Amino acid sequence: MKYALLFCSPVGDEEHSPAEHAEDPRFAAYFAEVRAGRVTGGVRLRPSTDATTVRVSGDEVLLSDGPFAETKEYLAGIAFIDVADLDEAIALAARHPAASGGGSVEVRPVWE
Amino acid sequence: MPDVEEAVAAAFREEWGQVVATLIRVTGDWDLAEECAQDAFAQALDRWRRDGVPRRPGAWLTTTARHRALDVLRREAVGAAKLREAAVLARDEGPYDPEYDGDDSGVQDDRLRLIFTCCHPALPIEARVALTLRTLAGLTTPEIARAFLIPEATMAQRLVRAKKKIRNAGIPYRVPPAHLLPERTTGVLGVVYLLFNEGYAATSGADLVRTNLCAEAIRLARVLARLMPDEPETLGLLALLLLHDARRRTRVDAAGELVTLEDQDRSAWDRAEIDEGTELLETALRRGRPGAYQIQAAIAACHTTAVTAEGTDWADIAALYGELARFVPSAVVRLNRAVAVGMSEGSDAGLALVAELEHEGDLAGYHLLPATRADLLRRSGRTKEAAAAYEQALELVENDAERRFLEKRLAECRSA
Repeated sequence: MKYALLFCSPVGDEEHSPAEHAEDPRFAAYFAEVRAGRVTGGVRLRPSTDATTVRVSGDEVLLSDGPFAETKEYLAGIAFIDVADLDEAIALAARHPAASGGGSVEVRPVWE
Repeated sequence: MPDVEEAVAAAFREEWGQVVATLIRVTGDWDLAEECAQDAFAQALDRWRRDGVPRRPGAWLTTTARHRALDVLRREAVGAAKLREAAVLARDEGPYDPEYDGDDSGVQDDRLRLIFTCCHPALPIEARVALTLRTLAGLTTPEIARAFLIPEATMAQRLVRAKKKIRNAGIPYRVPPAHLLPERTTGVLGVVYLLFNEGYAATSGADLVRTNLCAEAIRLARVLARLMPDEPETLGLLALLLLHDARRRTRVDAAGELVTLEDQDRSAWDRAEIDEGTELLETALRRGRPGAYQIQAAIAACHTTAVTAEGTDWADIAALYGELARFVPSAVVRLNRAVAVGMSEGSDAGLALVAELEHEGDLAGYHLLPATRADLLRRSGRTKEAAAAYEQALELVENDAERRFLEKRLAECRSA
């Protein structure tokens, strides 16, 4: 099974660059122990304050500043994983620091 | 031949979940599994009339359903891999042998697989309950819809969505591995308990289809207790359900009015259920691994084994609620403890605990909080304060039977 992990962070939390994450021992542990061999790709996203939401109405393209939904969380990253089943995906997601740091990780099956 | 019809009906109750569970494993297709199981039961009516009831109806039904699945897959000429798997499994088992009386442990695992999959925490709780009733207990979609008082189309959609999620999200069809087993088992027991409570909350004759949920929950709890005999909480849950169910018929009078525990006709309680529940509880407690269901069963046993309401050991019950609060840290458990303390140590002790809960505010809006205060005040003769508390409770109560009960108490306090 392939899944995408969407890492979410609470709005207003400190924002760290990928380089800062690499130096964070919690992330380092996750990368070394959990991610190895199973994460097939992923990126870190800039926070919602840097986002632009694009909407199309008919043939008109509408842009707005920030995320479409006002929530206490924003989408902070995404990862693609390849595991046996949903239980393994959940276990993997739960190990990401975002899951226990006041944010959440959404596990979304990849449509193949 | 009513005997054959009875045999098929009995086999349906006993074997439906088993047949579906095995067919899901073999075909990987939940809808096909249900369809083929239905077909096998329909065939059983004719064939058992002609050939007699087989010695092992479950094996006959599973084999018949499997052959049907093979036919369907072959005819549709899809899922070549599925077909190969089904063919291999059919060959391994060989033709149906009416004298075969061998080991069924592998097949038993299928039913556990099905239970754990239906109750997977990635599914919404309503979907878990509905799926368990449909695939494991064999209730029809209209029956489940009626039991939960929702339109049939809504229930059908709920079941379709749940099966779709199982397939698309990759929910595994298995008994969880050891490291997941404790929490998942708790989840499964929770679904069965919720099912029972849905039926138990039903009070009027019109709710008969809902009280049937109690029987289904007990049946499922029996299956779990048989399949997971080493888990004392499965025994604890079965004991709890039996001890509650023993009192079910005395909870409302002929007019549909609520009858409190102390006013219930104890001679009308179901002795057999009480005895079985008490025995199961003792077996569970001997394992030395107490849990929420065992403790709740112990509380229920305190009530059902007391010969009179006055003879109830409220000090024991208060201690058990204290213990329960360690496993289930909820304000409702503490409210129940307040009642028990009020009964054993006097109303003032109970009222002090109620006041604590009121101060904390977790139960704000919960009608049983003022209702409990009202009852403790009434018992200590402070009828005027009790009446005011009953009025508060009446502003919050939603269930009609409970409303009428509170109104009756309020009237008693006002005229005292």
